[in-house]
Amino acid sequence: MRLRKLPLWRRILTVDLPMLTILAFTLGPYAWMFLTSVTPEARLFTEGPSILGATFENYARLFRTVGFGRNLLDSLIVAGGTVVVGLSLSITAAYSFSRFEFRAKRLLMMQFLLINMFPLVLLILPLFVLMRVLGLLDTHAALIIANSTIAIPFSVWMMVSYMNGIPRSLDEAAMTDGCTRLGALRRVILPLCAPGIVATGIYIFITAWNEYLYALTLGGRNVRTITVAVQTLIGEYEVQWGLLTAGGIIGAMPATVLFLLVQKRLISGLTQGAVKG
Amino acid sequence: MTDTTVPDAGPTGRPLGRRVLPYAMLSPAVLVTLAIVFFPMVQTAWMSLHDYVLFRPNHFEFVGLDNFRKALADEVFWISLRHTAIWIGITIPAQVLLGLATALLLNQDFPWRPLARALIIIPWALPSVVIALMWVWIYDSNYGLMNDFLLRLGLIEQAVPWLARPDTALGAIILTLTWQGFPFFAVMILAGLQSIPRSYYEAAAIDGASTWRQFWHITLPGISGVLVTAILLRMIWVANSFDVIFVMTGGGPGYSTYTLPLYAFVKSRTNLDFGYGSALAVLFTLLLMVVVLVYLRRTGKAVSR
Repeated sequence: MRLRKLPLWRRILTVDLPMLTILAFTLGPYAWMFLTSVTPEARLFTEGPSILGATFENYARLFRTVGFGRNLLDSLIVAGGTVVVGLSLSITAAYSFSRFEFRAKRLLMMQFLLINMFPLVLLILPLFVLMRVLGLLDTHAALIIANSTIAIPFSVWMMVSYMNGIPRSLDEAAMTDGCTRLGALRRVILPLCAPGIVATGIYIFITAWNEYLYALTLGGRNVRTITVAVQTLIGEYEVQWGLLTAGGIIGAMPATVLFLLVQKRLISGLTQGAVKG
Repeated sequence: MTDTTVPDAGPTGRPLGRRVLPYAMLSPAVLVTLAIVFFPMVQTAWMSLHDYVLFRPNHFEFVGLDNFRKALADEVFWISLRHTAIWIGITIPAQVLLGLATALLLNQDFPWRPLARALIIIPWALPSVVIALMWVWIYDSNYGLMNDFLLRLGLIEQAVPWLARPDTALGAIILTLTWQGFPFFAVMILAGLQSIPRSYYEAAAIDGASTWRQFWHITLPGISGVLVTAILLRMIWVANSFDVIFVMTGGGPGYSTYTLPLYAFVKSRTNLDFGYGSALAVLFTLLLMVVVLVYLRRTGKAVSR
């Protein structure tokens, strides 16, 4: 926070330029990847990536020959399913944490926090064994269940923080008017935290979309998400960087776009707890 | 939804209903997490006490702590542990410093601030596979941007195969992870900065405190809470995430980019040695628990308040 307004040239030197440098570092690799993806394969190794004569030939090949469309669909089903499971299980739990005092409340809350801290390697082996026993390997259900291990506790915590922001007097007013608890939750609280629910849902979607290790271990030939597909490309088309980077751009697209849409609300939810704590 | 499990709060049932309701509303989430998180976790601990290789399904022999003894005598375990320490020890401070600088800049007044704030976060939203892919391309020994850039600046004399050389591979990956994670710190610290009352700076300015002294006596204490929380959280995440390394180098060349979680994963995935892999995962978790406990104690205080 500065009080005196800086002269323009000093501001440019001490704020704008350093900020631009950091942004160049942040976005450079992404821009480079995009540039590579629109450069014709033949020109890539003679002249290097360039925007001149840009083509979407690599993207077309990605869908025509590699079959990226199916991978996108798999990712969509898995990520969407995880959102549904994560949100539906956590809404009532979050309401309970936010509105009631009861025994073992702290312990139960800590339990949800603790889950997010456990290393994924600890879960991935038994989940593999479990899915094999249940015959769920290589199905969407397996990946949705695995992703829910992260999604449920995360969304419980986010929802608690959103619901705490809604005054209790609103529930009480609704109940005086004859609503049951669940009625109050459905008619009053849910509509009010709709923006929070959407942000949480989108965050879950992004994490599930980006997830790779579960998808690699529990997926297979039938269900291959976009992240696994991109990684497989690296192995199969080793030097065809135009194709590879096109795959990267497609894989990153939904998450990036969604994130930019909700980033403000999401970040306020994420940082709230930390600032208070 | 649990509509059916909740007893209707009639005039007589109310006290009981009120007592049961919180638990009834919690039960779906708790039961599911018990089934898909805690049960598997116990199973890992159980597997770690057995000699269990997946391609011999009928062979599940109890061996006690043998797997752990084997790990402590395993050279690769110690190499991985050392890399994990180096990796966390460099990545986190680098992310903090870069994040702090970014947050301080984002807290200044300039016209395109909202745009900068939105764009800075992008690396954080990208899938780790895509991050790995684009950095492999940047580090490419023939056509990579990194070599091109350094050659032009005259900092290196010939192209370096960054990911193929044992002495540069870990460093290259650390740079990638720093890039991926510093926006998180920037955003957290920025939130901390914005919670410091403006009047503190006004008072300090009246007393004639320099910008540096203001930073040291107001800004730093003001964000210390956020900073510690963010560092603890990030340590847990950085320690856990090995997917970027897995895709970039797979641990190689040799063992030069092995970290503990990666070793546990590779051991189970490629060798299908679930017993030993579980033991490694358990050991790693125990080490990580130290950080987790510190974090939980901090958050626990915040929750109970």
